Amino acid sequence: MAQRILVAKVGLDGHDRGVKVVARMLRDAGFEVIYTGLFQTPDTVAAAAIDEDVDAIGLSMLSGAHMTLAPRVVQKLRDRGADIPVIVGGIIPVPDVAKLLEAGVAGVITPGSTAEEVIAMVRQVIDQHIAQGRV
Amino acid sequence: MAAEMNPRKEWEAAFAASKVRDEPFTTMSGIALEPVYGPDDAEQPGVYPYTRGPYASMYRSKLWTMRMFAGFGTAQDTNWRFKEIIRAGGDGLSTAFDMPTLLGLDSDHEMSDGEVGRCGVAIDTLADMEDLYDGIDLSEITTSMTINSPAAVIFAMFIAQAERAGVPRAKLGGTLQNDILKEYQAQKEFVFPPRHSMRLVRDTIAFATNEMPRWHSISISGYHIREAGATAAEELAFTLANGFAYIELAMQAGLPIDAFAPRLSFFFNAHIDFFEEIAKYRAARRIWARWTKERYGATSERSMQLRFHTQTAGVSLTAQQPEVNIVRTAIEALAGVLGGTQSLHTNSMDEALALPTEKAARIALRTQQVLAYETNVTNVADPLGGSWFVESLTDEMERQAEAIFATIDTLGAGSMLEGVIQGIEDNWFQGRIADSAYIQEKMLNAGDRTVVGVTRFLEGNDEASIDVLQITNEDEARQHKRLESVKLSRDDNAVQKALDYLRTVAADPELNVMPALIDAVSVYATLGEVMNTLGSVFGKHVEVPTI
Repeated sequence: MAQRILVAKVGLDGHDRGVKVVARMLRDAGFEVIYTGLFQTPDTVAAAAIDEDVDAIGLSMLSGAHMTLAPRVVQKLRDRGADIPVIVGGIIPVPDVAKLLEAGVAGVITPGSTAEEVIAMVRQVIDQHIAQGRV
Repeated sequence: MAAEMNPRKEWEAAFAASKVRDEPFTTMSGIALEPVYGPDDAEQPGVYPYTRGPYASMYRSKLWTMRMFAGFGTAQDTNWRFKEIIRAGGDGLSTAFDMPTLLGLDSDHEMSDGEVGRCGVAIDTLADMEDLYDGIDLSEITTSMTINSPAAVIFAMFIAQAERAGVPRAKLGGTLQNDILKEYQAQKEFVFPPRHSMRLVRDTIAFATNEMPRWHSISISGYHIREAGATAAEELAFTLANGFAYIELAMQAGLPIDAFAPRLSFFFNAHIDFFEEIAKYRAARRIWARWTKERYGATSERSMQLRFHTQTAGVSLTAQQPEVNIVRTAIEALAGVLGGTQSLHTNSMDEALALPTEKAARIALRTQQVLAYETNVTNVADPLGGSWFVESLTDEMERQAEAIFATIDTLGAGSMLEGVIQGIEDNWFQGRIADSAYIQEKMLNAGDRTVVGVTRFLEGNDEASIDVLQITNEDEARQHKRLESVKLSRDDNAVQKALDYLRTVAADPELNVMPALIDAVSVYATLGEVMNTLGSVFGKHVEVPTI
């Protein structure tokens, strides 16, 4: 069965070029992709991920609010008792990468990543999650 | 009759009437230069259809305006920055608003968390607007405001604060971006459904046309359409189609085209394909002149002359080896200048990493200054006019744009306004832009498109990166306090009365909302309260998510 991924835009950031390109890339690579649309909250993303029974969540963030919003998505998943890995992609300054990982984000994709790198990151995060017996 | 006149003779008359800067206009080695080159019967700058420039003398009269976009934190922080710009000799202010303001939300709304004062300045009430322009003489300096969904409300606040500071609205000069159509197509900072938003645009155009002769009520923007993934021809065609839609909107409201079209301005992207960009600007001027004259019946030259602002392409910048972005930006800016732009913003080298540092922003401004003062490219109008290549590419841009107009016109059954709105509601624009973005990405991944430092020439990518701006959450807390104290000191009854009246006006599409908006913001109704009141009548726009 194809792996399922939810791609989401959280908060007020309307930049949707990246999220759509990544969604198409993942679809072409054989993933089942669900896109939330714009202006989601951490809670609506967590709820959608659980409803759709996805293997991972991809958050696209370009407005600088990633340090506030990405950890909240992780928290909302935990509050609902779900263990779904969260990957963040977008304009993420290098010093923030470690902070996001510390806050429970499973992977960070920075600007200029190729399609192969994005797909490899998603596969690796999902495989690691399964290997740790967390599914 | 203009058509029978010799274009060169027309140019000579227009040039003779222009005030020219006191400069030698020679090459570095002293060769004297003509203001423009070409045969007498060829197209000329300042002569219909203006392919070669809106003005006969172009940069010999006036260089482009170096308008750098700024805004961060609270209104007081940005006011301080504005005063710095004015002290440094800046000739125009350009205001960036934060995400909550762009979406009409107050800073204390739960969705605003983490976004307050981040990508621009936070504006909640008239009190913030008063802080923003405190001590700045708005009868002297022009102000550009990049705001769309809540543009009418921010415009009302701007007028209210200026009049309190003693500057009557008729004396205010500046630009409101106010281009809602491209929000649905590309930028995606929308609030109300398209038709209700267009009513607000109509009201601002009508209000400015009647009461504010120095004001540009709209800046029709292709920049965001291109950044979202469109090709050059799509950027050109979608932007001009939106322009035609605004013309039809204002004409339907009973405004004669020559009363408002001279105050319409444009905003284009300068991407990395040098000649294609130049051809795009040239084609834009020719198409606009033809359509305003032939389809919409303009008779004033000012209505037919397309004037535009340019910004270099944010999407062309890379996080890898960011210093190389200075080179990209310089080449893109040169395309804007050779294409005859009226104003220019150059991006900073660090924008693929974070918001720009002061140093990076200064280098970006220096890039413009090198072009303006060292290279001599400003001496001759449309220096690439007559190049077989550039002329052919200009014609091809025009041909591709006309094909897109025909599709939109059919979609709207003979109305560009209806065609554009239908195209938005059908996700037609959004789909085309996403398709073009994906084609670009696939070419990059297949190795068919080179980006230095990303697909090739990677040596140096591991080196320590440049310093980037660090942002804290302090501004957010300060802004919350500011909003709280304004709410405590205002007259809540007056606010309620003003909002109730606004709701009545909004519900009657025959009325202009601007006076009621000015009344409401004047008693310190918040941006969020005003937008909620309008929303109670207009409803909300929800985009169907499509990949």
